[in-house]
Amino acid sequence: MKPTPGKGMPVDGGLTFQTQYSPTGQEALWMHDNIVMWILVATSIFVLALLVWVILRYNHRVNPTPSKTSHNTLLEVVWTGIPILILLVVFVPSMKLLAHQYKKPPANALTIKATGNQWYWTYSYPDNGGFEVISNILPDEEADKRGEPRQLAADNRLVVPVGEKIRIQTIGADVIHSFAVPSLWFKLDAVPGRINEKVLVVNEPGVYYGQCSELCGARHGYMPIVVEALPRPQYNAWVMTHAGAKIDGAPEAPAPAPAAAADAAASAASSAPGA
Amino acid sequence: MATIAHDHHAPEGHAHAHEDHDHDHKPAFFQRWFMSTNHKDIGTLYLIFAIMAGVIGGAISGIMRAELAHPGIQYLGYFAELLGTHNPDMNQQLHLWNVLITAHGLIMVFFMVMPAIIGGFGNWFVPIMIGAPDMAFPRMNNISFWLTVAGFCSLLCSAFVPGGTGQGAGIGWTAYAPLSTTGAQGPAVDFAIFSLHLSGAGSIMGAINFITTIFNMRAPGMTLHKMPLFVWSVLVTAFLLLLALPVLAAAITMLLTDRNFHTTFFDPAGGGDPVLFQHLFWFFGHPEVYIMILPGFGIISQIVSTFSRKPVFGYLGMAYAMVAIGVVGFVVWAHHMYTTGLSEDVKMYFTTATMVIAVPTGIKIFSWIATMWGGSLRFTSPMVWAIGFIFLFTVGGVTGVELANGGLDDNLQDTYYVVAHFHYVLSLGAVTSLFAGFYYWFPKMSGRWHSEFLSYVHFAVFFVGVNLLFFPMHFLGMQGQPRRMPDITPAFEHWNQVATLGYKIMAVSMVIWFINIAYAFIAGKKAEGNYWGEGATTLEWTLSSPPPFHQFETVPVIKDEDHH
Repeated sequence: MKPTPGKGMPVDGGLTFQTQYSPTGQEALWMHDNIVMWILVATSIFVLALLVWVILRYNHRVNPTPSKTSHNTLLEVVWTGIPILILLVVFVPSMKLLAHQYKKPPANALTIKATGNQWYWTYSYPDNGGFEVISNILPDEEADKRGEPRQLAADNRLVVPVGEKIRIQTIGADVIHSFAVPSLWFKLDAVPGRINEKVLVVNEPGVYYGQCSELCGARHGYMPIVVEALPRPQYNAWVMTHAGAKIDGAPEAPAPAPAAAADAAASAASSAPGA
Repeated sequence: MATIAHDHHAPEGHAHAHEDHDHDHKPAFFQRWFMSTNHKDIGTLYLIFAIMAGVIGGAISGIMRAELAHPGIQYLGYFAELLGTHNPDMNQQLHLWNVLITAHGLIMVFFMVMPAIIGGFGNWFVPIMIGAPDMAFPRMNNISFWLTVAGFCSLLCSAFVPGGTGQGAGIGWTAYAPLSTTGAQGPAVDFAIFSLHLSGAGSIMGAINFITTIFNMRAPGMTLHKMPLFVWSVLVTAFLLLLALPVLAAAITMLLTDRNFHTTFFDPAGGGDPVLFQHLFWFFGHPEVYIMILPGFGIISQIVSTFSRKPVFGYLGMAYAMVAIGVVGFVVWAHHMYTTGLSEDVKMYFTTATMVIAVPTGIKIFSWIATMWGGSLRFTSPMVWAIGFIFLFTVGGVTGVELANGGLDDNLQDTYYVVAHFHYVLSLGAVTSLFAGFYYWFPKMSGRWHSEFLSYVHFAVFFVGVNLLFFPMHFLGMQGQPRRMPDITPAFEHWNQVATLGYKIMAVSMVIWFINIAYAFIAGKKAEGNYWGEGATTLEWTLSSPPPFHQFETVPVIKDEDHH
């Protein structure tokens, strides 16, 4: 699948978050846009306004004799209390967001395991027969040729079905890496010796770019993450292009695949990276 | 207004310099500067050391800004060659990047901000402000300083020995295992760890010294609740150092044994856990950020009060807000680790605890403004820097409220948004407070005036530069640019170019600052004892500028009606 320019990737001169394509991402972005950002801006402007006011009103030319006031209990209670109230306004949606991010996926959710290596990713699909995809960065010229952003494009992508709760597991093979996709509001460290798990839902088909987000050595900047979300039939077809693959619950695909599946596979493969 | 019983005069004792009982007898050069036990001389040494380290750390960030201005790798090869790697291959060049970010972080934290703000201003003014003749343990004070220097040398050495994929320690200032253990073969990382051991030991001794001095050597009448807020800030900082640094020492010692003696504290293959290192590191690391900023709070309180000609508003609230920040600062560490796989409840707790920090911080901001409110403000150079600090620190603080949220942080963790946040509170916060303190006390320390005009120019250029440098990083971070990468995708180029331009402007402001220092020593007017006049009420203003080599031969007495 060809990426849509500006979707799932940073845009030049961008001022805020990337557009979000996951439900929790949209919730988080909403919280940022409508609550936190306003508080940040309002607080900064309020402090700036107070500073400008005291500079103008209480400079020594305007106010040659300083007052000696150094206590005002009411005032001190107010400026302790009001920030607490403001924080409560942030607190409630913040806890809700965390609860939603941690909602467990159904037991039969598709599991995909991302392993961070120095300096590439491997994605394995235990529910689909256990095949593994190795994902390396594309050289700049190759990325240009395919119409993908430099430094973000990979030869093989993490292909996922659209609209489903997917259980993403991460682990590090050597040092700590971090699996991150900004447009899906997803970041989870890949730590050696422990499996981390988090739910990912991608709302619509597309290509979503990210980069390793934990310092992992010399080529830390060159192990991009590319998530390609496909509708379920195309996803299944993509799965069936791999040796020994099977679809959830279904028996292992006979190889050679039946004509219909082969067609779907061909169409998926033609749009898939590396094809 | 504090009064002292005996008036000290400017140094006049040269004629009697051979007499040991003369209060202004100064030892010979080597003895004075290399075997110093005088808190003011040691403070001066710390300041000179911090400036030198800051120049190196700042030059490193210049290389980083140059490299980041455009996609691709442009300069790393040249600098790798310069540092002694012949014909560096791509991995060695990229490794140099990691060495640069590591060195920049460690230098600025351990060898610039901390020595300047605690070792420099703390040593200079804590004893004077409480009416003490010197620190409680003058010899320990000396070894604290030289351990810091030794630590710095060890860090510099690390750049020239193998560290895995190239020369030097490329593990980030956070030194996360296993990148810092199995991920970095060679002695470079050991040198870096040793560097932290040395400077950490120096800081712990410094902390013990400050605590003992402040608790035991206050002049009669100087109760804890009468101490200047700068002294309060150093006291709280010293406790943070005393409690946090041993944890760092333990963590990096475990790194060392994991590296060299096959222990497996952080290696899952032997039952260890890499995330344990992060818990230990940030249990130190979060208090560490308050260690860097609290003395700055103290400096700003002194300056705002002086140039408003008013006592600090809500003195007790200000003092205990710092205590509260210090205490809460110890229970929020895992907000640096939101993406490591913490459980839901843990993340909820750390989100809540972290947001609580905003309350005492808000108290401080509002109290500074309330101190100015109703005052008679004079916009001298330190005051201009202090007002700049209050605004810049607010901007840095509010983005902390965003980052505190575990749910939001999932996207921002390890992006330039974090870089923007901590540079706003440190580069623009702590460093601005350092410059404020510098212009406030420089004539006191040197006896000579800097140019106020150049100080304003310095401020204006610095203000424009650092904001251009760091504000765009918020945008880059929200767009998803990860930290600690030498290369950028073309979409990040625009704001990175702006940031690099900001760096150049900031660098010009540093040149102005050095010119100003040179001016003061070459042509600066002599400074009087209390050159800021009415409003400057703490004890350093009762002494000459510079103060006599040994001050307070007659102990000053603080009267009941005096205020801080």
